[in-house]
Amino acid sequence: MFESFKSRAEAVSAEVHRFANGSEASRFLSDFLVREGVADQPGKRAVWSAAPEFPGIDPGSFAGKIPGLTVDVTKEKAAEAKVGISAVEWGLADTGTLVQDASDVKLRLASTLPEIHVALLRTGRIVPDLQALLPSLTPESSRYIAFITGPSRTADIERVLTIGVHGPVRLVVLAVDGDPAEKPAERRPS
Amino acid sequence: MTDTFHQEITQALENSNLGGALTRFSEAYRTSRAKAYEGVDFEAVRAQIAEVKGGAAGRFPELTARFKEEAEKRGAKVFVADSPEKVRNYILDLAKAKGVTKVVKSKSMASEEIHLNKALEAAGIQTKETDLGEWIIQLAGQKPSHMVMPAIHLTKEQVAEIFSKEVNERLENDIPKLVKVARRELRERFLEADMGISGANIAVAETGSLVIITNEGNARLVTTLPRIHVAIVGLEKLVPLFKDIAPILKALPRSATSQLLTSYVSIITGAAPNVDGSPKELHIVLMDHRRTEMARDPVFKEALQCIRCASCLNVCPVYRLVGGHVFGDVYTGGIGTILTAWTGAMERSKEIQGLCIQCGSCVEVCPGKIDIPGLIVEVRRRQVKEQGQSFVQKSIFRVVNDRRLFHSVLRAASLAQKPFEKDGFIRHLPMFLSGLADFRSLPAIADKPFRDEIRAIQQPKGDRKVAFYAGCLIDFAYPGTGRSVVEVLNRAGVEVVFPEKQTCCGAPARYSGAYDVAAQNAIDNIQAFEGVDAEAILSACPTCTAALRHEFTAALKSEGLAEWLPAAQKLADKVVDFSSYVTKLVAEGRLTVEAGKSLSGLTYHDSCHLKRTLHVSREPRELLAKAGYTVTEMAESDTCCGMGGSYSVKFPEISAPILERKLSNIQKTGAGTVAMDCPGCVMQIRGGLDKKGSPVATRHVADLLVDKVRRGY
Repeated sequence: MFESFKSRAEAVSAEVHRFANGSEASRFLSDFLVREGVADQPGKRAVWSAAPEFPGIDPGSFAGKIPGLTVDVTKEKAAEAKVGISAVEWGLADTGTLVQDASDVKLRLASTLPEIHVALLRTGRIVPDLQALLPSLTPESSRYIAFITGPSRTADIERVLTIGVHGPVRLVVLAVDGDPAEKPAERRPS
Repeated sequence: MTDTFHQEITQALENSNLGGALTRFSEAYRTSRAKAYEGVDFEAVRAQIAEVKGGAAGRFPELTARFKEEAEKRGAKVFVADSPEKVRNYILDLAKAKGVTKVVKSKSMASEEIHLNKALEAAGIQTKETDLGEWIIQLAGQKPSHMVMPAIHLTKEQVAEIFSKEVNERLENDIPKLVKVARRELRERFLEADMGISGANIAVAETGSLVIITNEGNARLVTTLPRIHVAIVGLEKLVPLFKDIAPILKALPRSATSQLLTSYVSIITGAAPNVDGSPKELHIVLMDHRRTEMARDPVFKEALQCIRCASCLNVCPVYRLVGGHVFGDVYTGGIGTILTAWTGAMERSKEIQGLCIQCGSCVEVCPGKIDIPGLIVEVRRRQVKEQGQSFVQKSIFRVVNDRRLFHSVLRAASLAQKPFEKDGFIRHLPMFLSGLADFRSLPAIADKPFRDEIRAIQQPKGDRKVAFYAGCLIDFAYPGTGRSVVEVLNRAGVEVVFPEKQTCCGAPARYSGAYDVAAQNAIDNIQAFEGVDAEAILSACPTCTAALRHEFTAALKSEGLAEWLPAAQKLADKVVDFSSYVTKLVAEGRLTVEAGKSLSGLTYHDSCHLKRTLHVSREPRELLAKAGYTVTEMAESDTCCGMGGSYSVKFPEISAPILERKLSNIQKTGAGTVAMDCPGCVMQIRGGLDKKGSPVATRHVADLLVDKVRRGY
């Protein structure tokens, strides 16, 4: 399932990395933020929409280590951030899609405005396709469900595919294995 | 057709940027669409969509009420508006009441339909389109020329010029750089706007959800950043259940942009929190604008199954030549023609409906299972019913329906052109007739129609009988093909009878919207074939075959002549095309096809009605292969040749380039012969090749088989 997800996601220019657990992913993320030059300057900051919690990855552990990284996500901060970090609920293997209950506006700010969106995904939450996911979606209680498949793109000029229009130019998926006993795509309480 | 409309067409045809862009796109689309649908049962998906959306169209009042209840339960405000004016006023009043001065929009065809931008700007509200294509055409002051790719008609050079003016700096003709300019320029607009206006691709009654499908990410910003979100949603976007979104999400990205899924799908259900934590002010305007009326119409209800993927444009041989500014109004192409007749300017719809050549390519790819050409003919029929036929058209049909008179008129015309005739062709016609033979030579008219020739043929008394329906071209222009048909059947011990009273199949009248004439043609032919002792009614013209098999009943029904339906159905059940019947004779062992020696290579052209109405394409290829021909496939073998009956007379300027492309695809195979089952295509393609001085021979399958079959029992 993961392999299919990965190849579909990469086919639409997403970057996919897999980790055995949260601490491995945290290490990668920390290095990644440094490598991307995240700093406490306009245009170089990073915003992290910390709720809902992601098992094994604690934004608090980054505090003080990466200057310019904040969990206080506002429109203004997101607008001048280079990187936005948010957790997603599910993955779809057949299209390489991330699915996020983005009712919390911070999740949307972190995943729409910055140039790079880092998405945290539990590998066990990858399901085969939309059909398999449908029973888990709860539009009655989720105000904004977002499907994300690769970075923002357009072909509006001469049909030439160009990545990065209004949304992120890069989508980096950190797939974390964690607890193998986890039931995939459990229904969230409404 | 007005002269100005012909001028519009000519201008579009002369615009090589446009033709080049659209042609490259249509070529790429064929392949990329097929790839996107790999492993997907398209027929099953579209059957689901047609069922969901067709069912929803019958329940608009109920679904509207349910949607409103569910969405309002979750904090949205739902306004149902029957007219464009009410939609505009609602939004203008809202903007005024809330002190809105700046609006950002994501792509919405519904807002184009009601010309919302103009109204907002007139009220002094800054309105920015944010979809890249929409922004380009907004800056250029144009209409979208394609429903999915609004600016497909513009080159990067033109876009650079448009953007340069907007940002007051000279920009390079570099697409990634131009896209960056759009990102930079519009980012501020997103952040400062008080109101975001979007459309929606699906509205779910069960939950009050809106589904918005985009690639650029602008809709996510439009629906998230401003404190007010207004969604304009046509009633046809309603589906009953949340699970109904699945087949649409499967088909729409694949059909529209050949993607498995677009970058973003947003499902908005009620008012989500604003950036400052306050609840979003969400207004959903459900727009009727004649959709309820369409839903009540037994024919046009089907058009509400459209999911606006624009694949009917992408496969249309006419659209790719003239584009959406000519072939369309707000909505473009085939489906656009139908929507324009209902929601747009009537005068415009009268002009553009004529552009459909009725080739049926769009029917094959439509994920809503809409008979687009059929509905366009219905637009024509109603316009003719309302206005009556023109005097000229009436006179033409009077002649066409009297076979003897028709032949003598054609023959007289042909004789008058005798000085211009050579090798059975008329190459130049004088004066006002010259348009007809500009791009192809026309066949000379036979001295003796086939109806007279067949009586002279000594036929064996067979144990089986078939009635032959000749159609005008075999009867008057290509009696030789008629002789081939008779000879092939005779060899299988089948005797061919020719009911003398047979007349026009009604296709010309039907395609002109003159259903009363078509229905009379049906009745005359039913009477001509009634009581004829024959196991089948065979035609070697697919257009006639399709008319006899499918259209007689349709024309009679539409004219309220129900008493003729049983007889029409009885006739329809016996109708068969030449290649299918010969295949049957071979399978029965009545006929053997023998491979000829040292035959030239051959390529096969699929005629529109044979391939897409009668679903026959394998049979002629197999017969030709048995006869020893090596069949090399040409590119786009099933794309129309541009004949379209009287289409090539009404729009010679469009017919000619469609033919040119077909000829070039034929020539690229290197084959010495091009085969086909339709005498109309023979006329178009043979005439075109002759005009070019090409040595490639154009042959009807019957003429290629006649000396390669023998009695098989």
